[in-house]
Amino acid sequence: MTDSTPELDIRWPIGLLFAAIGALLAVYGALNPTEAQRHGLNLNLDWGAVMFLFGAGLVWGAWRAGRKQP
Amino acid sequence: MEAPGNSRAARAEKALTMKLHLIDYAVIALYCTFVLSVGAALKKHMRTSVDFFLSGRRIPAWVTGLAFISANLGALEVMGMAASGAKYGMLTSHFYWVGAIPAMIFVGLFMMPFYYGSRARSVPEYLRLRFDEKTRAFNAFTFAVMTVLASGINMYAMAIVFRLMLGWSIHTTILLSAAVVLAYTVLGGLTSSIYNEVLQFFLIVLGILPMAVLGMMDAGGWPGLAARLPPGFTRTWSTLGSATENPMGVEWFGIVMGLGFVLSFGYWCTDFLVVQRAMAARDMTAAQKTPLIAALPKMFIPFIVIVPGMVAWAILPRELFMVDGQVQHNLALPLMLAHYYPPGMLGVGITALLASFMSGMAGNVTAFNTVWTYDIYQSYIRRDAPDRHYLMMGRIATVAGVLISVGAAYLALQFSNIMDYLQLIFSFVNAPLLATFLLGMFSKRTTPNGAFWGLTSGTAAAALHFHAVRRELVHYSSDMAANFYGAIYAWAVCFVLTLLISFFTQPRAEAELVGLVYSLTEKPSYKRLPWLNRPATLALLVAVLTILLNWIYR
Repeated sequence: MTDSTPELDIRWPIGLLFAAIGALLAVYGALNPTEAQRHGLNLNLDWGAVMFLFGAGLVWGAWRAGRKQP
Repeated sequence: MEAPGNSRAARAEKALTMKLHLIDYAVIALYCTFVLSVGAALKKHMRTSVDFFLSGRRIPAWVTGLAFISANLGALEVMGMAASGAKYGMLTSHFYWVGAIPAMIFVGLFMMPFYYGSRARSVPEYLRLRFDEKTRAFNAFTFAVMTVLASGINMYAMAIVFRLMLGWSIHTTILLSAAVVLAYTVLGGLTSSIYNEVLQFFLIVLGILPMAVLGMMDAGGWPGLAARLPPGFTRTWSTLGSATENPMGVEWFGIVMGLGFVLSFGYWCTDFLVVQRAMAARDMTAAQKTPLIAALPKMFIPFIVIVPGMVAWAILPRELFMVDGQVQHNLALPLMLAHYYPPGMLGVGITALLASFMSGMAGNVTAFNTVWTYDIYQSYIRRDAPDRHYLMMGRIATVAGVLISVGAAYLALQFSNIMDYLQLIFSFVNAPLLATFLLGMFSKRTTPNGAFWGLTSGTAAAALHFHAVRRELVHYSSDMAANFYGAIYAWAVCFVLTLLISFFTQPRAEAELVGLVYSLTEKPSYKRLPWLNRPATLALLVAVLTILLNWIYR
């Protein structure tokens, strides 16, 4: 049993979307460091990085699953 | 000089109104682009009606599981639960730990073998297989009407919320969201809807979690939060001894029987909107695991939606909740978004709400197009057409469903009170249906006539009780208590009448009920699977965790 449907592995669109949003947020947060300070955190930069890693993880999983399929 | 009242109102409005920046619009645009792209990518795979209406029955369990929970995690639920958190505190978690998880375990272990095993394509179709045409017709028509109206209410609520928060025009919000939902559901059918529900789940979690964590830090952790709130606000069971001891005005019996049994089992076990997600699973094991996998994140959702509401009530000035001199708990989540999120993260939070609203609409529309095409059009209008005709009809029904939803949204704008009533009625329509299903699935003696007259009488009893409460002929300590007891009465009327009428009428032959009734159906065996992968093991894990959560926050 694989984790994907035959037509489109759902991890592709979700992973790409979160990677894109995460990257956008992280870059914006890095360029505007004072705008998003909460409890010593740069919310856009830090949470953007988390979202990017989450998205990248999904894309990596989908890519690996795609390679395994005949 | 400005009057103090006006000044407070202006401050509240300022705290709530959010100005979106370019970065926020960029996040929203990215989301819309991806949603439409998914629909376009799936279009070429929609070759048969089963592809379109049931995703070809080939979706893995973790995807159908997340869609199962997301179909119920619309923005109305997220905002409503945050509001309840602000108003009632942790008592609200009963809607999850009592009012959802036990029913999800039950439907996964005991009902899914009949839904999936019978190869019925919808809940009304199961009713036809088990009973007869008239019971299916009653359920199909009421469900079809309910879903498009619910979709319209969802759209109306979205337009109101976005006007309040962002100043967006109501017409633009309704028409644009309808256009996006229409595009991706017409293209990709149920698969498109399910994919977007999974996407929405992650958006809600990742979009709201930082706010919940920051809020808890500001409140001083759980002990700090408890100290800032009224006594008992962080407890779930200790104030349920009597209806007068808690702000919900309900005692433990109402919670357990009304919410935990009738309303909860009625919704999770019989509502086609959620059951359809499990029917799209790739095999019986995946179908049974769908609600069980959904239950795992579901039990932790209170910490993302209810706790921020409690935090809002604990740390934000009370005047921010005042509108026209009245406390509006519904503002809890928007106020928290405005308080904690800078440009950028605000775009993510708004996109999460937008995604929830839109996937709520899409879920209703995909359930509507299936019931319309299979249970109404194919049954009563054109029976023996080629499959491609029903695929085309599904797309036409999708367009019609969205257009009727837009009409319902505008109706709600004109008559918002009517929509309040309708929403309340929806909440107990499933209650009598639960009795029909329990007796139908677990007793071969239940007859078609017993089921039909029991169901119609139970629905009538629900409506009568509702009007008796509205006309103040019956009194309860709160609307919530009235809702719980209305559901209990509707269920009891349906249960008793179905039993009685079945006793005097002719049951169907046993040979016709194989695969539809518990005692006549071979149970699925999972001996071939490692015990960790079996649905029963997953159900046990879910049950133990739920009991633990109830115990910890008792």
